[in-house]
Amino acid sequence: MSFTRRQVFGLTIGAAAFVAAGSRVSFAATDQTEEAIKAFTGGAEPKKGTVSLDTPEIAENGNTVPVGVSVDSPMTADNYVESVLILADGNPNPAVATFHFTAMSGAAEAKTRIRLAKTQNVIAVAKMNDGSSFIDSKEVKVTIGGCGG
Amino acid sequence: MAEPKPRVKVPKKAAAGEVITIKTLISHPMESGQRKDKQGNLIPRQIINKFTCEFNGQVVFSCDMDPAVSANPYMEFSAKVNEPGTFKFTWVDDDGSVYETEKKITVE
Repeated sequence: MSFTRRQVFGLTIGAAAFVAAGSRVSFAATDQTEEAIKAFTGGAEPKKGTVSLDTPEIAENGNTVPVGVSVDSPMTADNYVESVLILADGNPNPAVATFHFTAMSGAAEAKTRIRLAKTQNVIAVAKMNDGSSFIDSKEVKVTIGGCGG
Repeated sequence: MAEPKPRVKVPKKAAAGEVITIKTLISHPMESGQRKDKQGNLIPRQIINKFTCEFNGQVVFSCDMDPAVSANPYMEFSAKVNEPGTFKFTWVDDDGSVYETEKKITVE
C-alpha cells in the first residue's frame, strides 16, 4: 500500500490535531518542570481534574502571591491525598512547595504565599494514596517579579 | 536576624469530628539564594525548609518548602479534631534551628 504525497500530508495534519486534542494537559512546561512532575508521580502522566488551584489572575507583586490548592477527596484512612506538589515553571527553580496530608487533615486543602519571578504557569500535582495523580495549572500575570534584584 | 516568631491561629474549641482551619505564620526572611548584595555577591540561601503540624503526637500536615515560598511563610490548612489535645507546630531552618509552638484545643 502506497500513499500519494497529498495523502501523506493529510495524515500528518490529522495526527498532529489528534495529539493536540488528546487528553494530555497542554501547557508550555519547561523540561525542568516536566522532570519534577515525573519524579513526583513516579513517571505516570497525571490526569486533569480532581485537584483545583486557586490563584489570582494578576499578581501586582511577585514577592507574595497567594496560592490555594484543594483536592476533592473523602480523606478517610484508606482513601486520601498523600501529597500535593506546587510548581512555578518560570522561576529559576520550578519547585515551590510540597504539602503532605494525612487522614487526620480532614480536608486536602492548603494555602500559602509564593514568589513568582515573572508571568508564568503555576502547576499543582496531587498524588493519591492509591498511586493515581492529578494536575491543574493556572497562568498568573506578574507585574513586579519576586526573585533576584 | 531577629529570632523568628511563630504565630498560630487555632480555634479554642471544636465539636468532635469537626474539620477546623489552622493558620500559621512565622517571621523569617526566607533568603532565596538568588539575590545579590550591593557588591554583587550572592547572598547565601537561608530558608525554612520544613513545616510540620502534629496533634497528640500524630502528624496532621507537613510541608517541604523551597526558596519560592515568600518571606514570613504563611500556611493555612485543615485538621480533623476527634478528641481534645495539643497541636504542636515545628519549623526547621536551613541552619538546623528548630522553632516550635503549641496550641491546646478542647472538644465539646
